[in-house]
Amino acid sequence: MASTEIARQAGEGVRGVPLAGHVGFDSMPDQLVNKSVNRGFCFNILCVGETGLGKSTLMDTLFNTKFEGEPTQHNQPGVTLKSYTYELQESNVRLKLTVVNTVGFGDQINKEDSYKSIVEFIDAQFEAYLQEELKIKRTLHSYHDTRIHACLYFIAPTGHSLKSLDLVTMKKLDSKVNIIPIIAKSDAISKSELAKFKIKITSELVSNGVQIYQFPTDDESVAEINSTMNSHLPFAVVGSTEEVKIGNKMVKARQYPWGTVQVENENHCDFVKLREMLIRVNMEDLREQTHTRHYELYRRCKLEEMGFKDTDPDSKPFSLQETYEAKRNEFMGELQKKEEEMRQMFVQRVKEKEAELKEAEKELHEKFDRLKKLHQDEKKKLEEKKKSLDDEVNIFKQKKTAAELLLNQAQQAGGSTTLKRDKERKN
Amino acid sequence: MGQQKNLDGYVGFASLPNQVYRKSVKRGFEFTLMVVGESGLGKSTLINSLFLTDLYSAEYPGPSHRIKKTVQVEQSKVLIKEGGVQLLLTIVDTPGFGDAVDNSNCWQPIIDHIDSKFEDYLNSESRVNRRQMPDSRIHCCLYFIAPSGHGLKPLDIEFMKRLHEKVNVIPMIAKADTLTPEECQQFKKQIMREIQEHKIKIYEFPETDDEEENRLVKKIKDKLPLAVVGSNTIIEVNGKRVRGRQYPWGVAEVENSDHCDFTILRDMLIRTHMQDLKDVTNNVHYENYRSRKLAAVTYNGVDNNKAKGQLSTKSPLAQMEEERREHVAKMKKMEMEMEQVFEMKVKEKVQKLKDSEAELQRRHEQMKKNLEAQHKELEEKRRVFEEERVNWETQQRLEQQKLEASRTLDKNKKKGKIF
Repeated sequence: MASTEIARQAGEGVRGVPLAGHVGFDSMPDQLVNKSVNRGFCFNILCVGETGLGKSTLMDTLFNTKFEGEPTQHNQPGVTLKSYTYELQESNVRLKLTVVNTVGFGDQINKEDSYKSIVEFIDAQFEAYLQEELKIKRTLHSYHDTRIHACLYFIAPTGHSLKSLDLVTMKKLDSKVNIIPIIAKSDAISKSELAKFKIKITSELVSNGVQIYQFPTDDESVAEINSTMNSHLPFAVVGSTEEVKIGNKMVKARQYPWGTVQVENENHCDFVKLREMLIRVNMEDLREQTHTRHYELYRRCKLEEMGFKDTDPDSKPFSLQETYEAKRNEFMGELQKKEEEMRQMFVQRVKEKEAELKEAEKELHEKFDRLKKLHQDEKKKLEEKKKSLDDEVNIFKQKKTAAELLLNQAQQAGGSTTLKRDKERKN
Repeated sequence: MGQQKNLDGYVGFASLPNQVYRKSVKRGFEFTLMVVGESGLGKSTLINSLFLTDLYSAEYPGPSHRIKKTVQVEQSKVLIKEGGVQLLLTIVDTPGFGDAVDNSNCWQPIIDHIDSKFEDYLNSESRVNRRQMPDSRIHCCLYFIAPSGHGLKPLDIEFMKRLHEKVNVIPMIAKADTLTPEECQQFKKQIMREIQEHKIKIYEFPETDDEEENRLVKKIKDKLPLAVVGSNTIIEVNGKRVRGRQYPWGVAEVENSDHCDFTILRDMLIRTHMQDLKDVTNNVHYENYRSRKLAAVTYNGVDNNKAKGQLSTKSPLAQMEEERREHVAKMKKMEMEMEQVFEMKVKEKVQKLKDSEAELQRRHEQMKKNLEAQHKELEEKRRVFEEERVNWETQQRLEQQKLEASRTLDKNKKKGKIF
């Protein structure tokens, strides 16, 4: 029997012992399966493609039901993603299916940013899972996994080659999600054109280094069918929910004047192959690849971005505790530094303002000192004037006094004469 | 959460269980079983009986053949295959448990071992580069109770109390062929009473939606703890080759459900609940360990008033993110406050300056007024003086003229001119 992963992990040193009877652990796979069935399954599909390529119809056809949503117009200003979740059941198997549609993809004149919202959406689902995984108290076993497990990329049936938008988008997505490229509305292409188209597409993907999902060939029970299907990629599909009577059966088909395209006829299109691969054989593998490859890549990049490392500079492995403590110290240090910086800034401003005000104060005092001086000069002048007036007054007073004295003398002399005269007159 | 949709035809995802089956077989399975009990209770024999193999043989002797002074924890790994399914079985033995005179803390090495396995898993789960994560955590602990017939020993109680929240504990009555069925019944009742009394949480079988399964589970529950007998020897009984213990009075058959509960144990442990034991270990015991460990790491240095007894649901990184946000808010507040204080102080100072300026201005104005008044006064004084002077001078002139005139008159009189 081929060696299992567990046996390989255990290494060479483990001894195998023979069993003397039926122990019963061969029921382990059943135990595991029972638990899964009880828990229910979960699958998330992302449909990327231009408006009008029949994405919704294909989903309806694949899952034999009518999903939500109306056909969109071509006038969307950007690419938005709309997701719907459904509970489906088939025999005892419950499936929580989420279908995510890209609305408005390829409709804009400038399509440079078309892939961005898709990448952001996929990353957001990874991020949500990562956050849950990192929580202290977490409930991973009942977590509703929203990560995209399969991306159906719808290629327009031009018959020539991939559009540059397709190449750019797929290149951006191939490390984040399992891409299954399909040729949409392939009933518009003739058989010979189709063969050439497929070859062209495949070679363009290879030459541009786009990694599409390969159906796994490591499990012998499905290796053969998977490898055959791998050679039929990309699948050329036709979708239809309308039924047409062929013979005495009602089959899903598209009716044209020149004939009827039967969806489930493998000569007409690859729909059956797609359904087989996507749902019946590899659904679990798609989910597993998303978890063990794409998610791990996202997680690794995210943690490295945040500065986490597995080994310290001496190549000794970090324990979780050390890692978190180191992170925490760094973080606290950063916060303290910010606080310090802000304080310093304020101290600086205070200093500056103080200097400013001091300057203003100085100017004010200088101004008033000047005024004071002017005033004092004025006062001095006034004093001088006063003094000179006083001097004049004094001089005048002296003059007056002198003159009066003279007058008195004269009057006394003349006065007596005048008196005599007056007396004589009188006599 | 999602909308219910009916399918109009066969889609094919009903094959998912098969896909899961296929992948699980390819991956292989692993299981770690720990056996704890005093020596001589037939632990190794039971393991050999359970797995129908000579795990412990002459070549790889079981721990009972090796004399230990203190409690050791030893692992034996074997790879067994059956029906296309490979199982990596690890048996963890604890020789020396309960064998010393003073058995205080003899459970500690066991607890340490369990924790170290959790630690290993936590570290490998937390690495940046994660490869496959080998699961060496203890999935189940079979605890062997000596068949005294009376009740649990203090050591039994102590051990189970300390381990029931770290590992799935399945207590068993060992060497049950020394008890009669009635004695066994009594013993079981007593043990279950004591287990409940001490609030020991032994492994519980999960409830399912299946009626049939629940009935079976109830049957098992009624027989707890399971009384088992193990044997390495095959004896012929009534033409059948069975595992059993030969006594002069008969053969105690290991797989005879009338004789002991071995088949129940085996079926439960291996055939029906092995996966559940792993799931409970992963979802409950490991998560408990992990959350306690991470909480300790996160709250290192954080004000423990916030975290008293509460385990946050956030990851340590999210915790840091929240702290960062809080800090930003705190800084903003601080900035605002500082700004306010700054503005206020500036206003104060500016006001003071203004007041000062106003004061000086006032004084200046006053002095100016004063000066002006003095000026006016002086001018008035001068004017008065000037007026006085002019008057006097005029008067003086008049007088002088008068005097001149009178003098001339006199002169003329003297000269005889005037009569």
